[in-house]
Amino acid sequence: MRLHLHNGRVIDPANHIDAVHDVYIADGKIITIGKTPEGFHADQTLDASGMVVSPGLVDLSVRLREPGYEYKATLESELQSALAGGVTSLLCPPDTDPVLDEPGLVEMLVHRARLMNQSHVYPLGALTVGLKGCELTEMAELTEAGCVGFAQAEEPIQDTTVLMRAMQYAQTYGYTVWLRPQDPHLGKGGTAHSGPLASRLGLSGVPVMSETIALHTIFELMRSTGARVHLCRLSSAAGIALVRAAKADGVRVSCDVGAHHIHLTDHDIGFFDPNARLSPPLRSQRDRDAIREALADGTIDAICSDHTPVDDDEKLLPFGEASPGATGLELLLSLSIKWAEDHLKSKDSLSTAIARITCDAARVAGLHAGTLSVGSVADVCIFNPNARWKVEAAAIVSQGKHTPFLGYELQGQVRHTIVSGRLAYSR
Amino acid sequence: MHNPQLNKHGELQHLLTLEGLPKAMITRILDTAASFVSVSDREVKKVPLMRGKSVFNLFFENSTRTRTTFEIASKRLSADVINLNISASSASKGESLLDTIDNLAAMHADMFVVRHAQSGAPYLIARHLTETHQQHVRVVNAGDGRHAHPTQGLLDMYTIRHYKKDFSNLTVAIVGDILHSRVARSDIHGLTTLGVPEVRAIGPRTLLPGGLEQMGLRVFNDMNEGLKGVDVIIMLRLQNERMTGALLPSAQEYFKSYGLTPERLALAKPDAIVMHPGPMNRGVEIDSAVADGAQAVILPQVTFGIAVRMAVMSMLAGA
Repeated sequence: MRLHLHNGRVIDPANHIDAVHDVYIADGKIITIGKTPEGFHADQTLDASGMVVSPGLVDLSVRLREPGYEYKATLESELQSALAGGVTSLLCPPDTDPVLDEPGLVEMLVHRARLMNQSHVYPLGALTVGLKGCELTEMAELTEAGCVGFAQAEEPIQDTTVLMRAMQYAQTYGYTVWLRPQDPHLGKGGTAHSGPLASRLGLSGVPVMSETIALHTIFELMRSTGARVHLCRLSSAAGIALVRAAKADGVRVSCDVGAHHIHLTDHDIGFFDPNARLSPPLRSQRDRDAIREALADGTIDAICSDHTPVDDDEKLLPFGEASPGATGLELLLSLSIKWAEDHLKSKDSLSTAIARITCDAARVAGLHAGTLSVGSVADVCIFNPNARWKVEAAAIVSQGKHTPFLGYELQGQVRHTIVSGRLAYSR
Repeated sequence: MHNPQLNKHGELQHLLTLEGLPKAMITRILDTAASFVSVSDREVKKVPLMRGKSVFNLFFENSTRTRTTFEIASKRLSADVINLNISASSASKGESLLDTIDNLAAMHADMFVVRHAQSGAPYLIARHLTETHQQHVRVVNAGDGRHAHPTQGLLDMYTIRHYKKDFSNLTVAIVGDILHSRVARSDIHGLTTLGVPEVRAIGPRTLLPGGLEQMGLRVFNDMNEGLKGVDVIIMLRLQNERMTGALLPSAQEYFKSYGLTPERLALAKPDAIVMHPGPMNRGVEIDSAVADGAQAVILPQVTFGIAVRMAVMSMLAGA
């Protein structure tokens, strides 16, 4: 299949390209940008006039809910959602049922995803068996089966000795450990940011300290073990300040933020809206502003959707009983553009926003993805940067329909998604 | 998101919290309650304001006192009352909260009086009724988690007004486990809305939530300091389970520091009143000499509670 993408604004942050070009694709690869290669005859030409042609998005956290939670979502539904969102590579955390702690399970997931021939699926294996924080998983075997890193998802390790050994063992092989910084005890069972709003609504709180104490522990262990850690879903200004200091100190750490946390605060809980029940919780405006700034200065490396489909039965409940999480794959692009528009307001702001969801995310995950470099796999997202769309349950492809952005009008809409040189999705 | 307890004309649709209710609305409820106080003194303790209406008491959390007062209030308004102890029926069979609501609404309920262990549960119900075009069914929050207990708040306001007449020159102290108390939160909103210039929170650090200052309170950890010169003392019940979870070491030590004794009461104004939402733990948060003393208005609170609940229900029913 030979594709010709005509006259689009090519934004490829990894190669510092932001200009109108034609892009030529053959045999699943980008073959040139700019001039028509000699003897090139396109099987299909897509007119990208007025569109942005960017690398396919790389999403660092997508819950596909398989295996185990197929009533919430399936590989079929969520990979379709990924394409609709322009996401061509995604990492999925290990908190499935059973947990991704055995090579056979990972092989099966990777195999199923490959058969569907859609976006590339990269599992994160469990760091400990059953995510229970007691025994290490077979990390080398899991890596052979297709894991690109090891995570504890939402289950912090209680025993610091186990955490240290897990980091030492991962470091032996050079694997990255993915940790969400949360103290196993402080804020356990909490449902909202500890602050005036939680006090007023009578919701149990998750203090910022839960994040900062965990960060102190992780950084100390990193210094002693030399392990490489990626921090998932930073949520607080104080946490960001610690990461900034650690990076300045030469600690090999990277981190991401969920797209919701760039825009929303605990006040968006309003009158107990369960759609705003997220993990980590939405925090104060000061925290939100610090996240925006840290994304701009590179302290936070990447934005992820933290896609978490939840069904009605687990969401239409009193706030404290509702399952945390929101659908996100189809909002990632628009929410990143919104950050660029609201916060950056510069000439290359769109390019910066795209970097955080393509090449920066790929670098963090160690993937060869997120660029339009000649010779690279042709994963491409073509979107209309000006199209506005309303977030409605009916407009969402994902099986998860719950998002705190319901009713919002967002900017930026995917028109075509190309995976490995194949036109996989068109709107 | 608009305040779901008011309709677009600013009228009371449901009673979910005192937060955000206009002062005039609260005053009107208290005035209406005043007109019902005398009903309870009559030989025939009934008015026909809710004749033919069905009130469902939905108690997802156990309660005897509050449920009984709502039941009495409904009956004095001539409504039909159906008591459902949900914790023992559908919830244990796995039926979801909203399925329960749909089923009861299909039985032509006019009003749900809801008690739930989760903060915000009555909001979920009110929102669901609106979304399913059943907004004619009213919801009264009879206590949700740690969030609100608006009828208790209103009866406390009624009691204070009864004894003190004017809110604008009062100092009110709320003492004890404010962290877990929905009563405290409703009292705070009621007092600040009605213009009480000084509301104090007194308790150990482990039982006071953060952000009280932002709600307009003065915080005291020393009870003797906090009680100086106050007009009203609202004591909160201390649940036994607070002794686990490292919030307090023992009931004895709590009483030593925060129990209301005659000596401590003497620090308040000579005509200060002592209130308690009940049920009391004598010897834990309050000394019997105070609970049974001349300054306690704990039993009148219960009596006023019925009139206040009659006022709320009759206003919601459009009577």
